Amino acid sequence: MSSADAVTRNAGAGEPAGSGPTLLACHELVKSFGATAALNGASLELAAGEIVAVMGPSGSGKSTLLHCAAGILAPDRGEVIFDGRAIGAESDARRSELRRTQFGFVFQFGRLVPELSCIENVSLPLRLVGVKSREASRRAVEWLERLEVADVATKVPGEVSGGQGQRVAVARALVTGPRVVFADEPTGALDSLNGERVMQLLTTAARETAAALVLVTHEARVAAYADREVIVRDGRTRVG
Amino acid sequence: MSVSKTFLGLLEGGASHGYDLKHEYDAHFGIDRPVAYGQVYATLARLLKGGLVTVDAVEPGEGPERKRYAITEAGVADVEQWLARPEAPQTYLQSVLYAKVIVALRSGRSATALLDAQRTEHLREMRELTRRKVGGDLADQLICDHALFHLEADLRWLELTAARLEELATQVNS
Repeated sequence: MSSADAVTRNAGAGEPAGSGPTLLACHELVKSFGATAALNGASLELAAGEIVAVMGPSGSGKSTLLHCAAGILAPDRGEVIFDGRAIGAESDARRSELRRTQFGFVFQFGRLVPELSCIENVSLPLRLVGVKSREASRRAVEWLERLEVADVATKVPGEVSGGQGQRVAVARALVTGPRVVFADEPTGALDSLNGERVMQLLTTAARETAAALVLVTHEARVAAYADREVIVRDGRTRVG
Repeated sequence: MSVSKTFLGLLEGGASHGYDLKHEYDAHFGIDRPVAYGQVYATLARLLKGGLVTVDAVEPGEGPERKRYAITEAGVADVEQWLARPEAPQTYLQSVLYAKVIVALRSGRSATALLDAQRTEHLREMRELTRRKVGGDLADQLICDHALFHLEADLRWLELTAARLEELATQVNS
């Protein structure tokens, strides 16, 4: 199956979200940066369609756990299983394809490409997996409308507000129909009102598309949008 | 929540019967705790005695006569004073949670387990409020947000206390 086919298949997954068998599992992850131990036996399980908040104080290892779970970082020990397959055993190319077709990402500061318009930013993940330009734009517009930012489609990120930019980033994360969305402090740079709106739109879209969501946050009000929470402290996890 | 002040505020919109006042109160403020009929009529009797409302009309009914209440000038002044006066911030200097932590440390029990269990309970309540907020109207959102911000403040205290437990245990048991 090509990447474009996979994206098309995923985009059609419109069943209601709900708990199911484990989709993503991290077992006893250990990760150090030089002498600093970031993860020291952290574990995480995520069911299909589930929203899990990963909470903990600054420096507790929660972002490192997200990066390992998403295959961005390789743990020193432990394993990450996605859909029954160990990510660590996959080739670099296969891991990259996983991130493009199965995973979506939302970061604290959006990380939109500054030179591209908002519609081009949202189209980009589709173009990278071979979706034709016209079809990619059509789907991008749909997602911008869904995230209530269709009016900024032709603007570049520097011309939109922080809240609008983050909604564009959410649209970009979901446009490929990912099975898991990883969001790292998605409201960290927003005021309360915009943060609330982004969380409502993000969680509603995730539930409607049956995407699971890993939500890293230190804010309890953001974590309250999840189905449950996992607490990270000193690189170890505790289920809330 | 001051039932008498909110009744006065509602009566500023026009004279009303006790029955209608109760329903208007419940619609705006009584989501969790609707006001009881007994409290409605006791409150109106107090306001009447204080000269803050007056009986505007008495209408015969199948049962007892129905009184329609109207706000007086003194009542309007009372509402104005109430709205202009800031509420005293509540500091909870001797909270139950603080007491539990101290008792746990003094008795050699696990204060960490206590704080973890409390955090879980707070987050469960916050999830429930968030679900209600997302499915509600603007009034629901504002009411739930107020509760959520207070619970969040408690959680921040729980986190800070958890980080200071070792130091606190030393002080408490010295």
